[in-house]
Amino acid sequence: MKIAVGAVLLGTLLASTAMAQTPLKLGFVTTLTGPNAAIGQDMRDAVELALDHAGRKLGGRPITVIYEDDEQKPDIGQQKGQKLIGADKVDVIAGVIWSNVLLAMAKPILENGTFLISANAGPSQLAGAQCNPNFFSTSWNNDQTPMAMGEVLNRRGVKKVQLVTGNYAAGRDMAAGLKLTFKGEVAGEDYTRWPDQLDFSAELAKIRSTKPDAVWIFYPGAHGAQFLTQYSQAGLMGQIPLYNSFTVDAITLPLQKDLALGVLGTQSWVWDLPNEANKKFVADFRQRHNRYPSYYAAQSYDAVALLDGALKQTGGNTANKDALRAALRKADFKSVRGDFKFNNNQFPIQNFYLQETVKDAAGNFTVRTLETVYTAHQDPHHDKCPMKW
Amino acid sequence: MILALEQILNGAQLGLMLFLLAAGLTLVFGIMNLVNLAHGSLYMMGAYFAVTLIDWTGSFVLGALLALPAVLLLGIAVEVICLRRLYARSHLDQLLATFGLLLFFNDLVLVIWGKAGRTIALPGWLRTSVEILPGVPYSAYRLLVIAAGLVVALGLWFTISRTRIGMRIRAGASDREITGALGIDVASLFSLVFGVGAMLAGLAGILNAPILTVQSGMGERILVIALVVTVLGGIGSVRGAFVAALSIGLLDTLARAFLPDLLKVVLPASAAQTAGAAAGSMIIYLLMVITLAVRPQGLFPVRAR
Repeated sequence: MKIAVGAVLLGTLLASTAMAQTPLKLGFVTTLTGPNAAIGQDMRDAVELALDHAGRKLGGRPITVIYEDDEQKPDIGQQKGQKLIGADKVDVIAGVIWSNVLLAMAKPILENGTFLISANAGPSQLAGAQCNPNFFSTSWNNDQTPMAMGEVLNRRGVKKVQLVTGNYAAGRDMAAGLKLTFKGEVAGEDYTRWPDQLDFSAELAKIRSTKPDAVWIFYPGAHGAQFLTQYSQAGLMGQIPLYNSFTVDAITLPLQKDLALGVLGTQSWVWDLPNEANKKFVADFRQRHNRYPSYYAAQSYDAVALLDGALKQTGGNTANKDALRAALRKADFKSVRGDFKFNNNQFPIQNFYLQETVKDAAGNFTVRTLETVYTAHQDPHHDKCPMKW
Repeated sequence: MILALEQILNGAQLGLMLFLLAAGLTLVFGIMNLVNLAHGSLYMMGAYFAVTLIDWTGSFVLGALLALPAVLLLGIAVEVICLRRLYARSHLDQLLATFGLLLFFNDLVLVIWGKAGRTIALPGWLRTSVEILPGVPYSAYRLLVIAAGLVVALGLWFTISRTRIGMRIRAGASDREITGALGIDVASLFSLVFGVGAMLAGLAGILNAPILTVQSGMGERILVIALVVTVLGGIGSVRGAFVAALSIGLLDTLARAFLPDLLKVVLPASAAQTAGAAAGSMIIYLLMVITLAVRPQGLFPVRAR
């Protein structure tokens, strides 16, 4: 009897060791070619740094990361998602910069029962009625960051604002977010062809003719540099104050340089946030790559850290999805944002800060935190999500 | 009214840029019967050459002027090394090979110039705006681009319709085999035409560089519209390319500027925004579909096929 029990115990032990030793497979989807390859590179660098900080093991289990390039195209993103769940049989998929790409990818992945952690895109659909028990976000819902911007515009006495952004899922969410909180008049809204329209001459001429108090833009990645250049060439810089969401960041500042001075933005993470996890992340990232990490990098770092925290609770087990989900929901990890907590729709409840562009001691352009706009902010779609836990 | 004038200038500027790209594309397609997807790469290379040469010389004008012969040479090299072998092949082979070139150049610039993209800073005298009418400022640089585009269009028209080399090019466009049989060195004519087409694409890239960001893949987005221009104008026709490019430039800009407001008359405001943005991006393709339905050979067909 004793021998039998011993054999069973030994067997379980062996089984669990074997389990723990099979490498965990993480699929990471981002944009690695084309004009926005620099964003994908930043995210990849952050994932590698997070893995090094975790000792190349998540929850004690070795890990293989399969990076896939979505080329910033929804159809390619969907194909890569299918490949990761079909051929590679990954345990978890993370990453994804663009909301339109995420919306195209999400359904087959989530229907397959695979966990999907967005490290950037936060379309309102997935935060609201289409929220999913296997979908988590370590970024934000699209509406939130511009909601904070609308609040800033109110506080600064802006009465009339013109909105210009790309005509795609995130652009529409962002503009809706700003309009949700901004109390003044919206002088006009322009949605430009995304992503192939790079010349904003028609939109800039309209701004000159409507004469708003302020202009708000959302142009992530390469478009942001172009908009600022053309805004300045049109003679509008310094004439009409420019406010942004996700347009001035560590990726675009090397191109925008002094054009971004005075262009205020809001963000849920800024590199100078004074918590220990963030200090370590920023210092090691800068030492390794000799540049500031972007918010895309910070959110990717958090995605890996979140997974590490959850797998520590399950002992590296991913087979029991309910246990892994419960562990992910606890968000038991040190976020670079400081306190980190999930809402019922599995999007973070978090602070939003106002940031401005400055020049650091070495003459590089970067951003710094000016003030806290929102504390523990919840996205406006969470009550449409039927999930309760 | 003032807004309309400004938008017409914007449209003309876009149209002239498209013309610079489409002129080379249509000549190469018309004369050599070659579909060149890598034409956008030459546009991109022009911009990257300008980045480096402006860095080296420290002068915007000098760097931009030096970049032109650089793209010309690159164009001739590409023709001699690679494309020459493709003239006799089917269009599918040509598409595959030139698509390969496009991928090659996109990765080449990532290796040489890095992933982040580059910008070109304009000198102070071009960064200002000029009053074209009292109270109507317009970007000095965009005016320069319009002027440069018009000068090149005029020069191209003169060369093609009034000079001996132009006559040979026209002859080549109408019938390649007879032209060759008449003792004209078709091979070097092709190299020259391809080189000049490359240089014009490069010029468009150089002129657009300070407005846009110089980055890998910048050629593809504009190439699609340049292909529409080529088809619309009639393959092989420089005059057709000019008319089509200006029409598309103006139509695209004016639709972006005024369509949402026009639709507000008949639709609620939010629906007008959505429909306006969607229709604005479709309108040039609609124009192409309608033109092709009515005149399948384009506006100014070179010859009956």
